[in-house]
Amino acid sequence: MAKVPVQFTLNGSEKAEFVDGGTTLLNALRDKIGDTSPKGGCHQGTCGACSVIVDGELRLSCLTLAETCNGATITTTSGLAEGGVLHPLQRAFLDTFASQCGFCTPGMIMAAKVLLDHTPNPSRDEVVEALSGNICRCTGYEPIIQAVLTAARANSQNAA
Amino acid sequence: MELRKSYFADVRKDDLHEIGQARPRSDSPGHVTGKTTFFADRNFPGMLHLKMVRSPHHHARIRSIDTSEAEKHPGVVKVLTAKDVPHNVYTILILIQIGPEDETVLADGKVRWKGEAVVAVLAETERAAQEAAAKVKVDYEVLPAVFDMEEALKPGAPIVNEYHGQNYYLYDSGECRKVRFGDVEAGFAEADHVLEQSYQSSPIEHAPTETTGCVVAPEGNDRFTCYTNTQAMFFTLDNTSIILQMPGSKLHFVGGTVGGGFGGKVDVIVEPIAILGAKLTGRPVCFIYSREEEMQISSPRAAEKVVIKDGVMKDGRIVARKVTGYTDAGAYSRHSPYGAQKGAGHYPGPYTIPNVWIDTYCVYTNRTPSSAMRGFGVTIGDFALEVQMDKLARLIAMDPLEFRFINAYRDGDMKAHRQPTEGAALIECMQEAARAANWPVAEKYMAMSSYKKGA
Ligand code: FES
Ligand code: FES
Repeated sequence: MAKVPVQFTLNGSEKAEFVDGGTTLLNALRDKIGDTSPKGGCHQGTCGACSVIVDGELRLSCLTLAETCNGATITTTSGLAEGGVLHPLQRAFLDTFASQCGFCTPGMIMAAKVLLDHTPNPSRDEVVEALSGNICRCTGYEPIIQAVLTAARANSQNAA
Repeated sequence: MELRKSYFADVRKDDLHEIGQARPRSDSPGHVTGKTTFFADRNFPGMLHLKMVRSPHHHARIRSIDTSEAEKHPGVVKVLTAKDVPHNVYTILILIQIGPEDETVLADGKVRWKGEAVVAVLAETERAAQEAAAKVKVDYEVLPAVFDMEEALKPGAPIVNEYHGQNYYLYDSGECRKVRFGDVEAGFAEADHVLEQSYQSSPIEHAPTETTGCVVAPEGNDRFTCYTNTQAMFFTLDNTSIILQMPGSKLHFVGGTVGGGFGGKVDVIVEPIAILGAKLTGRPVCFIYSREEEMQISSPRAAEKVVIKDGVMKDGRIVARKVTGYTDAGAYSRHSPYGAQKGAGHYPGPYTIPNVWIDTYCVYTNRTPSSAMRGFGVTIGDFALEVQMDKLARLIAMDPLEFRFINAYRDGDMKAHRQPTEGAALIECMQEAARAANWPVAEKYMAMSSYKKGA
């Protein structure tokens, strides 16, 4: 099968790969580049576990073709901690027990990050809306909502 | 919280100072940084992908299987059928002597439920495996199927599973698990009211976010490392050893990281065939359920039917309880004979009743095999029992909580299955619940204790 070149910036570093035409961004990241933080829970756009950030926007990487991401800037959960210091969202997920089995967590954190990047002080309803594409079967969602609100508060205190 | 009974006073001398404290989970740092390694995060060079050809019929005889076109498909490395599996007929609980072996790893001559695995295709890519699987030709002769437990138990119903010979699990106690305590008919005769109701549930899928699967790597010395999300590591290892007729020392299982299980990952389904594939090809093998397979193929909680007949006095005492429980195992046993047996022990509920009669049946139908899920065997029973308790309270115009205080079991009471009650806490739980919910309960009940003396 003909290979297609793809080149993008992932968590601050340049990546270049040849993939089969039609390869999803999820498979390219996981199988080719070796970033397994996005998870495949359904491969059909229904669970949100594969969520990543492409040029500032939340994307389901299982429904995004790798070849459409040429030149893009991509962020995944594995790239959030800086110099070993957890991102406020990661800290909050840890502190509020927002992660049980952990399979939904990287996708949840991506969805939450896009929300806070655009809306630093979201209401509870805005948090619920922002996470509505991400399924969690363990926590019952409440600790996750609390984690996002906690991280938003921590951010605004740091900014003040 | 002030309790009428002090728990563990005689057991624990140390301070339980961790209780009530939030302590970080040891696995959370891995989860929030995306570093936790789930089985599917393992990738090996040259890894093959396994896809199953599944039965489109609920019940059918297999006349023939033609894999020739699939074998010619580009990228296909191996196609497996029943004859490739060393010990193809197995049952999970054989490890604790619960037989007979009644399930095939790959269907042999017959399929008994829609979705049953028939042929396994191993190919270089997932796509090639999928395309080749679609080229396998299976010639079926469709047989009459039975989906309803009561229909399945009628004489003349199609036999679902010949390894059993009848559509119920044969316990050493006969066609069902039985509990007999006191004289239930005398209890009904003396009762002021008798109420019989039946309760039914549908199968429930666990729907974990991570689907069932495993990745197998041959170690080059005839040993195999299996990265799996099973919830039953040693059950899986031992059953794989039986199915593949391979000593356990050749199998190395790595797991414990499960992306949601809830009981749905205790059946030995993906590992034996993936390890066999790795053995026969000498290549790493990955077998992951698609979301559709997770929802349609993996074992759900069993459908159940519970018929409860109670005799109750105007003063609130339940004097007789008769329960008939049916557990729909689907086409194969898996953990269901155990689930139905648990129900038999559980059914009187946490109540002391002098006359009890219980029959629980594990029934075979042409439905997806059911298995474990969070309290299986008792969860649906509890739903039925507690709805029944509310109905009984209404029948005698009594407060539903006070009605439960009257019947609550207490330390020293003999349970219907002849185990004396120890460590009862129902009364204290109900007292605390009444306080928390501001539910008015007469003072005499709030003064009760699970200790019989001094109450
Ligand atoms: S894997 Fe992309 S939404 Fe489920
Ligand atoms: S923590 Fe398990 S799915 Fe969310």
